[in-house]
Amino acid sequence: MFDIYGERFTSRLLLGTAQYPSPATLKEAVEASSAEIVTVSLRRESARMRAGKGFWELIEQLGVRVLPNTAGCHNAKEAVATAEMARELFDTPWVKLEVIANDDTLQPELFGLVEAASILVAQGFQVLPYTTEDLSAAEKLAGAGCRVLMPWASPIGSARGLINRDGLKTLRAYFPDTTLIVDAGIGAPSQAAEAMELGYDAVLLNTAVAKAGDPVKMAEAFARAVEAGRLGFEAGLIEPRDMASPSTPVAGTPFFKIDRVS
Amino acid sequence: MQILVNGEPVATDARDLAELCASLGFTEAKVATAVNGCFVASAKRGLTPLAPKDEIEIVAPRQGG
Repeated sequence: MFDIYGERFTSRLLLGTAQYPSPATLKEAVEASSAEIVTVSLRRESARMRAGKGFWELIEQLGVRVLPNTAGCHNAKEAVATAEMARELFDTPWVKLEVIANDDTLQPELFGLVEAASILVAQGFQVLPYTTEDLSAAEKLAGAGCRVLMPWASPIGSARGLINRDGLKTLRAYFPDTTLIVDAGIGAPSQAAEAMELGYDAVLLNTAVAKAGDPVKMAEAFARAVEAGRLGFEAGLIEPRDMASPSTPVAGTPFFKIDRVS
Repeated sequence: MQILVNGEPVATDARDLAELCASLGFTEAKVATAVNGCFVASAKRGLTPLAPKDEIEIVAPRQGG
């Protein structure tokens, strides 16, 4: 179990709802992933098309918690207004706070992120900021009242995995009691397992499942990888070492000669 | 008067945001609104007068990552 603002969840995989080949595939993938939380967004609604209605009916059928994002916002003002609209629309104090620095990397704009987080926490929001592994930004966000931090693994949709493993490891060590969720850049189940082995509380991903050849099967693969990584962390990983260390007992080795031992 | 709704020019006689939403068929819809970059709660739409060149956002749930 892990904690998001006092609520406990069993599944440590959070899944995005975008880019699936069909609504039916999205539904099956969410079910296969065992995710209890999915991310959603809000977008301009056309009076004629009413795309939001059908999507929302599908999400309601899934019976999962929604985590609205502020994707596409480039400054604190836009992000705050978007979060306020999302709170009314989705009836939740949660917001996955995104303030984006530029469109090539989609990296978090950390100054605007901290500014927006401070405003939203003061308004009673429970903020889950999409951030980097930067320690000073993490400290500012925690100081602003964020009890969950969501550092990227690598740029959104890049599938590059944990490009700064040491940084993520340090962040985990520095914030042992804060819920940490690796968000963005995960491309393979092994990468999700790696994040979990570092002791992260959960993983949030979208593209790796939605754009997979078989999104439903990939959702299940990620569910198992996240569980395996978590079990590995809880079991206690051995420390890597430079040289070999025989696993089979040396004592009693047939044909053993003492002069072979250097 | 001429305003912008979701980035598109719209000619309207609506006096306030609630009237505008009704005229566009959004009265019962699951939407959230903003005027000139500031959120307007659904309960306050009738108290939010519109002026020429106002920029209105009307948004609904959508897929997200």
